Amino acid sequence: MKRFAALFTALDQTTGTNAKVAALSAYFCDAPPEDRLWTVALFSGRRPRRTITTTRLREWAAGAAGFPHWLFEECYPIVGDLAETIALILPPPARDTDRGLAHWTGTLRAASGLDEAARKALVLAAWDEMDPTQRFLFNKLLTGGFRVGVSQKLMTRALAKATDRDEAELAHRLMGDWTPDSTSWHRLIEADDPGASVSRPYPFCLAHALDGAAEDLGPPTGWRAEWKWDGIRGQLILRGGGHFVWSRGEELMTDRFPELARTRDFLPDGTVIDGEIVVWDGTAPMPFSALQKRIGRKTVPKKLLAAAPVIVLAYDLLEQGGADLRDQPLAARRAALETLLAPLPPDCPVRPSPMIPFDSWTTLSDTRDTARSEKAEGLMLKRADSPYRAGRRKGDWWKWKLDPLTVDAVMIYAQPGHGRRANLFTDFTFAVLSGNELVPFTKAFSGLTDDEFRDITAWVRKNTLQRFGPVRQVTPEHVFEIAFEGLHASPRHKSGIALRFPRMTRWRRDKPVQEANTLADLQEMLKAFG
Amino acid sequence: MARAPVLTISPQGLYCPAGGFHIDPWRPVNRALITHAHADHARAGHRTYLCATPCAPVLQHRLGRIAVDTIDYGTDLQIGDARVSFHPAGHVPGSAQIRVEVAGEVWVVSGDYKTEADGLSEAFEPVRCHCFITECTFGLPVFRWQPQATVAADLNQWWQDCIAAGQTAVIAAYSLGKAQRLLSMLYLSLGPVLAHGAVEDTTAVLRRQGYQLPQTVPLTPDTTAADHPGALLIAPPAALGSDRTRRFGPVSTGFASGWMQLRGIRRRRSADRGFVMSDHADWDGLNHAIRETGAERVLVTHGYTGAFARWLCEQGYDAAVLDTEFTGEPPDAEDSA
Ligand SMILES: [Zn+2]
Ligand SMILES: [Zn+2]
Repeated sequence: MKRFAALFTALDQTTGTNAKVAALSAYFCDAPPEDRLWTVALFSGRRPRRTITTTRLREWAAGAAGFPHWLFEECYPIVGDLAETIALILPPPARDTDRGLAHWTGTLRAASGLDEAARKALVLAAWDEMDPTQRFLFNKLLTGGFRVGVSQKLMTRALAKATDRDEAELAHRLMGDWTPDSTSWHRLIEADDPGASVSRPYPFCLAHALDGAAEDLGPPTGWRAEWKWDGIRGQLILRGGGHFVWSRGEELMTDRFPELARTRDFLPDGTVIDGEIVVWDGTAPMPFSALQKRIGRKTVPKKLLAAAPVIVLAYDLLEQGGADLRDQPLAARRAALETLLAPLPPDCPVRPSPMIPFDSWTTLSDTRDTARSEKAEGLMLKRADSPYRAGRRKGDWWKWKLDPLTVDAVMIYAQPGHGRRANLFTDFTFAVLSGNELVPFTKAFSGLTDDEFRDITAWVRKNTLQRFGPVRQVTPEHVFEIAFEGLHASPRHKSGIALRFPRMTRWRRDKPVQEANTLADLQEMLKAFG
Repeated sequence: MARAPVLTISPQGLYCPAGGFHIDPWRPVNRALITHAHADHARAGHRTYLCATPCAPVLQHRLGRIAVDTIDYGTDLQIGDARVSFHPAGHVPGSAQIRVEVAGEVWVVSGDYKTEADGLSEAFEPVRCHCFITECTFGLPVFRWQPQATVAADLNQWWQDCIAAGQTAVIAAYSLGKAQRLLSMLYLSLGPVLAHGAVEDTTAVLRRQGYQLPQTVPLTPDTTAADHPGALLIAPPAALGSDRTRRFGPVSTGFASGWMQLRGIRRRRSADRGFVMSDHADWDGLNHAIRETGAERVLVTHGYTGAFARWLCEQGYDAAVLDTEFTGEPPDAEDSA
């Protein structure tokens, strides 16, 4: 674990991309292969399953350190991270050993088969042979939340450097449903035919938000436009007689959407489609909240299947007859997609997402304004001759989203952030006016600059009315502009309304509380856009 | 009849009714006893000052023309009905704990302190007392320091890496205490040490007093990295992101503080390197120091007072929080502590 801890420290100590790549590629050259494999797994979001609850970990750590539980709980919000709190509160280790990352992940896997007393013994023994950094990493494995500011792309680049292999090829190798238990470093990275897993998706081609004017993209004839749907971007893969559904987050979701099994009756083997999974009411997508009900369930009850059926709105064709089409221009891929889907009956759960014809950016802009009534988030602009690239590259694909909805709301509660922001108040609860009353309706924790968070933190400290654990009720004095992507009725919320992606866009220091929006304003928005 | 307490809180600060003096008062008073020269303890505007002998030069340097009496460590002085003496606190050069005895009852005000000897400040000396007023800036068990030698090795390794990468190492440190402690930890064979104005001034005062501090090159508006290849610059935290530092050429920035123990703060501070090093006692240091005093009563100031007082109560002390206006070493502090 020392080598892995040294890698982590090196990555954590620098913000420079080059230094990170250098540290990673050095690690991929000299760490033991089984540890390298686990490192690739962790940095591509493949975490070991959590086998111990955080409640138990807190108890065990406080007990092992000889401190009352309340003292542990005092430390936690100050540190802001559970794994780190445990790592720091424990006494120095009794033994100094150096077992590898793979050893510890193996230990954790074995722990899942043990009773609680045995698990506890195992965890305490592990803590007692690690320094705080190693403990921190071990705890991150235990709690299943491992993030270190290294993107998969950066890791892949380092891997390419260390192994002298093509980055795009490696990116593809790392996709799919492998785990460190199902493969080896050699099979995953080096072998000529890595047993080409039939389920493996292609790296998704991602778009940047359009930052300038659409006119700057050049003549419209070189571009294609389509709706940007508010669902789950995914790949539908038909290979080897089976079908697989992958989300953009690289989660295998085949079982969550059983209705997509029927695509095998309609589409030939050796087909890969990139599209948006949406709940379909027969003519249009339903709001994201309908899809949310589906995502949460591994097995779907019949009633829900009937009430919220999904389809794939297909954007692109990546593979046909087993051949990789990604290097072909978009126009050709689209034509092939339409030819493939056109003859299918309307009850097939895949249909092409329509292209939006346009001859000027002005008319397209007018069309974009109607996105909300089309149940879309805005438009996608794609260069007609663009290949399907891996990852997020600037230039060929752009998201041209609608401006978000906004309300001005009053901050009423504040709570400290986590990790990097543990000593700042960053999580706020906002209210709208209802007569003389303030009705809480949303939380938001992002969108301000660090300087603004520092200012508001100083203010919160001086204007606390009441404390509830880490939460402080503050004087209702500050108004913030809250932007959000949509809203829907929610009986669980006191206001009866829930927002999608709420964030702070402006601190309205110019506005008194009396000028904040009202609950009636929100209800009106719900009627118009919900 | 209950006796009057040896020390109480008045609107001006910590007050001794029997002696008619204040200790580290935060508003102007007639007679101020000062534990050390940091800004939250030594404020301007008092009529007379009394401090430990080695504290006076920096105190005068910071506060200008003030009336200062000095007293050697361990020497008794009768003030009214109180007997007073100063004892090393190990916090910064010249820092003291103040012992106050009234009718056989002894109270000690710790000021700021650390228990590890840093080789520069007069080493912390436990003083037996009935009531101990202790700081607890880092009074939570997640704060535990490495021995100074370990930190010194890390610090010099970083400097060496900077030299190899063609960067100037810039370390931020409070100009009184931390800066000189760092200076005394550096392997001077590696290269020249530059000192930013505020750091240089205080260092010069201490050097004149006889503290063993190596020579430094004062930073001037014309100093460039090219003139001093392989240099390490010590600057106050506020200077870290300044244009002056940025114009200096390729730099790697470091910050030394107890708060660097926490990853969140380390990352927010946005220095390239954080060194966990404090002039305040860590959790074990606080608990050890309190035990050593033999005090039954403990009053806590600075920091995580609520939690620390509760912890002490559970350990059998008669402990409570004393509300003061000392700031300790806040994570975002500039030059105080
Ligand atoms: Zn202080
Ligand atoms: Zn101090």
